[in-house]
Amino acid sequence: MAESAGMPILEPAEGAHDQHMVINMGPQHPATHGVLRLVLEIDGEIVVRIYPEIGYLHTGIEKTCEAKFYQQVVPLTDRINYLDPLSNNLCYALAVEKLLGLEIPAKATWMRVLMAELSRLNSHLIWLGTHAMDIGALTVFLYTFREREEILRLFEAVAGQRMMLSYIRIGGLALEPPLDFLDRVQAFIHTFPEKIDEYSNLLTGNPIFRNRLKGVGYLSAEDAIALGVTGPPMRASGVDFDVRRDIPYCGYEKFQFQVPISTDGDCWARYEVRLVEMRESVKIIQQVLDGMPEGPVKADAPKIVLPDREKMKTQMEALIHHFKIVTEGFEVPAGEVYQSIEAGHGQTGYYVVSDGTAKPYRVHMRYPSFTTLQALETMCKGRMLADVVAVIGSIDIVLGEIDR
Amino acid sequence: MAVAVKPTLADKAAVLAGLPEHPAVKAILAWNADALTDAKFDFNELTLTIAPEQIRAALATVQAAGYNFFEDMTAVDWFPSSPRFQLSYHILSHPFKEHIRLRVLLDEADPSVESIVSVWPAANFYEREVFDLFGIRFEGHPNLRRILLPDDWKGHPLRKDYPVEGYR
Repeated sequence: MAESAGMPILEPAEGAHDQHMVINMGPQHPATHGVLRLVLEIDGEIVVRIYPEIGYLHTGIEKTCEAKFYQQVVPLTDRINYLDPLSNNLCYALAVEKLLGLEIPAKATWMRVLMAELSRLNSHLIWLGTHAMDIGALTVFLYTFREREEILRLFEAVAGQRMMLSYIRIGGLALEPPLDFLDRVQAFIHTFPEKIDEYSNLLTGNPIFRNRLKGVGYLSAEDAIALGVTGPPMRASGVDFDVRRDIPYCGYEKFQFQVPISTDGDCWARYEVRLVEMRESVKIIQQVLDGMPEGPVKADAPKIVLPDREKMKTQMEALIHHFKIVTEGFEVPAGEVYQSIEAGHGQTGYYVVSDGTAKPYRVHMRYPSFTTLQALETMCKGRMLADVVAVIGSIDIVLGEIDR
Repeated sequence: MAVAVKPTLADKAAVLAGLPEHPAVKAILAWNADALTDAKFDFNELTLTIAPEQIRAALATVQAAGYNFFEDMTAVDWFPSSPRFQLSYHILSHPFKEHIRLRVLLDEADPSVESIVSVWPAANFYEREVFDLFGIRFEGHPNLRRILLPDDWKGHPLRKDYPVEGYR
């Protein structure tokens, strides 16, 4: 069975002092996508051991959550995985709604699916651009950021923010989407599949890109499960599981989509799986646009959901509710729930424990990158040092969610 | 819209009567019925409370019963009540497509429990995180040292008696 990251590396292994060298990669290294520090023991250019040192971005978000009202935690969740903000919002909102037993109107649910899929595209586009850049294909970055810019503009139109959206709130959404929003999304996804072809044209046939990824960073299905790897890296190793399909949340059972699988388990398989995932996301978005129901985007729960501005100005009760929610929060029944969703990087989970007050007693976030990092040594052992860069790119880690 | 919530089963007797065919419950009972100290079914989630010294064996049992994927593990500090610490293990089953939660309650004095890294290597970072932030020790962990905070950090920040703004 695979072993997760072993002991810290201070000096070369016993008896290998003459041959092995210990080097430090990061925390300031462009290929680590943040502040990841790896201590490597190498034999010439061959990696013998890897020890990840993390925690450089630790901000104690879980502790902060305990001092906030339930609704005040939503903006904190954005800042954990800043590349896929809406999945965080969604997972937290679903967990608290489970505790509250809150019914969410249909339009809000469909909009959540739409936004979560756009967010997944956003995350995958950044992955593709930076991954290709690490390998040396600089051009792709400019192409993927062109489309990402369009997604960020859509985000800005709907939430007023480009990155830290906090658009999905407990009890529904923050705002009605603007009138032309769905048309703009339609225009975007109409051309997006061609853009994926374009990336594919740039990379799939590129011999350098191919040789840098094929057969590199192999992870078997057993190791993926033993080491807790989730999301696209897990499916690229041949484990057929997707939370959206298998434990549907937020109405995903209504949509038809394929879950791409590969059994190769190398960096190339992860690349192919994510490209297909982008195409499937487009299919889901198309189904949402075709069937978007009408109705409110907030649950009918005046003590939990902030009232409309107009009502606040004209109705005494709405004003009182607004005042109460802002100053005292709302009480959530005691209990503990765990909500798991399929985010862009893998399975995100929120564990929320309530003691019946207006502040969460404990919020724990399970983030995929944190666990996937443990598999790094298994994937890189015995390979060239330069392959470490390719592997880090292909498992798509975000340091914000590792350190929280 | 929401998935229909099944009725809550509040204690061990109710869970044993209400979910006799549940694979995890069956496996635990067949292995060691005494290790199961409490059970609960709430919000469509099954929680099994296990005696602390049996947790590694219990997790190996559910792993063999089809709960093949270690998803998450963390602690909750119930200060000042006793027992003070709760460890929650969230285990996912790919074949059954559901999560279960195994729970352990630990006393305040010298909280420690057997490490499960030998069952799921994925628990390595999670146990280090709980050690770092709660000060709960895991016997048999290969490398039990702080993971998120610096090595010379004083205290365990996620404990409830640690101030939110820290010590200055």
